[in-house]
Amino acid sequence: MHIVVCIKQVPDSAQIRVHPVTNTIMRQGVPTIINPYDLFALEEALRLKDRFDATVTVLTMGPPTAADSLRKALTFGADRAVLLTDRYFAGSDTLATSFALSMALKKVAEEFGKPEIIFTGKQTIDGDTAQVGPGIAKRLDYNQLTYIARIVETDLQTGTIKVERRAEGGLQVLETKLPVLITMLEASNEMRRGSIENALIAARAEVVTWNAASVGIEDLTKCGLRGSPTIVKKVFAPTARSEKAAIVAAEGSVNAKAVALVEAIFEKTPAVEQELLEQAAHHYV
Amino acid sequence: MAEDNKPAPASGGSRANTKKELPEHFKAYKHVWVAVEIEHGQVHSVSFELLGEGRKLADKRGVELGAVVMGDARASLEAAAAQCFEYGADCVYIAQDAALKHYRNETSTKVLTDLVNTYKPEILLLGATNLGRDLAGSVATTLQTGLTADCTELAIDDEGSLAATRPTFGGSLLCTIFTLNYRPQMATVRPRVLAMPDRDEGRTGKIVEFDPRLVETDIITKVLDFIADRDTDKANLPYADIVVAGGLGLGSMENFQLVKELAAVLGAEYGGSRPLVQKGWITSDRQIGQTGKTIRPKLYIAAGISGAIQHRVGVEGADVIVAINSDPNAPIFEFAHLGIVADAITLLPALTDAFAARLRVNRLAS
Repeated sequence: MHIVVCIKQVPDSAQIRVHPVTNTIMRQGVPTIINPYDLFALEEALRLKDRFDATVTVLTMGPPTAADSLRKALTFGADRAVLLTDRYFAGSDTLATSFALSMALKKVAEEFGKPEIIFTGKQTIDGDTAQVGPGIAKRLDYNQLTYIARIVETDLQTGTIKVERRAEGGLQVLETKLPVLITMLEASNEMRRGSIENALIAARAEVVTWNAASVGIEDLTKCGLRGSPTIVKKVFAPTARSEKAAIVAAEGSVNAKAVALVEAIFEKTPAVEQELLEQAAHHYV
Repeated sequence: MAEDNKPAPASGGSRANTKKELPEHFKAYKHVWVAVEIEHGQVHSVSFELLGEGRKLADKRGVELGAVVMGDARASLEAAAAQCFEYGADCVYIAQDAALKHYRNETSTKVLTDLVNTYKPEILLLGATNLGRDLAGSVATTLQTGLTADCTELAIDDEGSLAATRPTFGGSLLCTIFTLNYRPQMATVRPRVLAMPDRDEGRTGKIVEFDPRLVETDIITKVLDFIADRDTDKANLPYADIVVAGGLGLGSMENFQLVKELAAVLGAEYGGSRPLVQKGWITSDRQIGQTGKTIRPKLYIAAGISGAIQHRVGVEGADVIVAINSDPNAPIFEFAHLGIVADAITLLPALTDAFAARLRVNRLAS
């Protein structure tokens, strides 16, 4: 059994700072991490590896420094790392990204065997689109299972998989055939710790590195900015509201402050007070 | 994954496609569509919110507003169509098939793609729910067109193109995205980001029947069961009238209880900022902000939340925002309506008591 996990190296976004004057991202010194949602995908793959003695390949597209995240994935127990990197991929939107990754996945299938399962996280923390997984599934004609809370059963004999999928108001229990692309929901499992043994292997491991040409992309107009139907025309900071918050400047005890704040809130929104009083009255009838 | 929706570098790279040169075969594309989300016979409110916005876009373009409803039961499809008309649709496309009883990516992608190829809408909007995002990504890839996720604002620019604005860089900035040379222009919007439109009772329109031609035995994915969430503990933040939320200023997971206590007195829903989810203090279904739930309550009380942009875009629809923060320079005071500079940990219990007392006293007085 062969499983591929698509991961992305992202800036640790809590630490992103925006230049107050130029509105540009200040990237200097911003640490990068594996997209946290992808760790649930990786762990799920490693569980299947434990159970079925599967081979786990991690794949990422990004700058050469994204190899760091791949090595990190190896320390958790992945067997092979593939980096897809090329300046022609710069500025890719989700459609161009799923194109490049699907070409890399075809090459992975040729070189290392066709994956029965491709995992991704449910979305990234920097793009937040949740579009690349479904894009890959569609391009490779894999069955698509998104927002998976739990894999209930994997039957390699019959080539079927049963899962619980997060839907509005409950979990949908779905069964489909392999091959399948699964996007894992957060908190669906708990990431294991990397072992020292794996860390030593990871440090020495070769990261398979491919560019556009080596995965068979001939038409470069399908890549990067040129291959992206969406165009970002403007990046800007939200405009500040003209008036700032009216500050309740009560003196004295914390209780006095609280009473003053309640007063100010209900003055601002008398309808809410009215509704609360009606509810309270109803409650006491 | 690689560079999702990352803005183009300001200099360098090819900018060949930044000018509108719509190919001839796309020029027939016209009308604004909303793909309506129906589960268990109920239309998701986000679909009505999209119809409200879609109405404005269609009027600006001078085209029709269409709604697509998919399902298996005639009665619920017709009820959904009637609602779509009342919320602004001119035309409802009904796709009825036994295989559409439950949402499945496989069936819905096929039907929606076939509908688009047949009737050629220029704009296609979906809710940024689990269902809508699952469907939108597949449809856009099949149609090879542009899709902008989680928009916070939709508009038509001077050239008649859809201008879709969304947060970027983890919610640090906003960007406006266009799909100039492909059709349809697709976008998703989260529930409650757009206002609920007024319902025009009795308003009707035309119905177009569409035969999906699905054969169950050809469909690979089967729905075996549905496990409904237990009602206890279920958060309904997007549609709550009053919301109380906490942030890192609470200092510890134990102190989050203070938020719950205030919420209980006000009959409110409670939630928290993104860092609390990352710390494991609250579950992700209670995360408020761009990457969590967008809320539009009548009253929102934020305790110990600094107010990062990604939080701000998720709460800006609230009628009244009240900020409690010990730092007078916290960004939340820039967009709150009412603020108090105080330590949330000590103020919250006093506030809970003050609300309880006030509501008791006034009840006796009235």
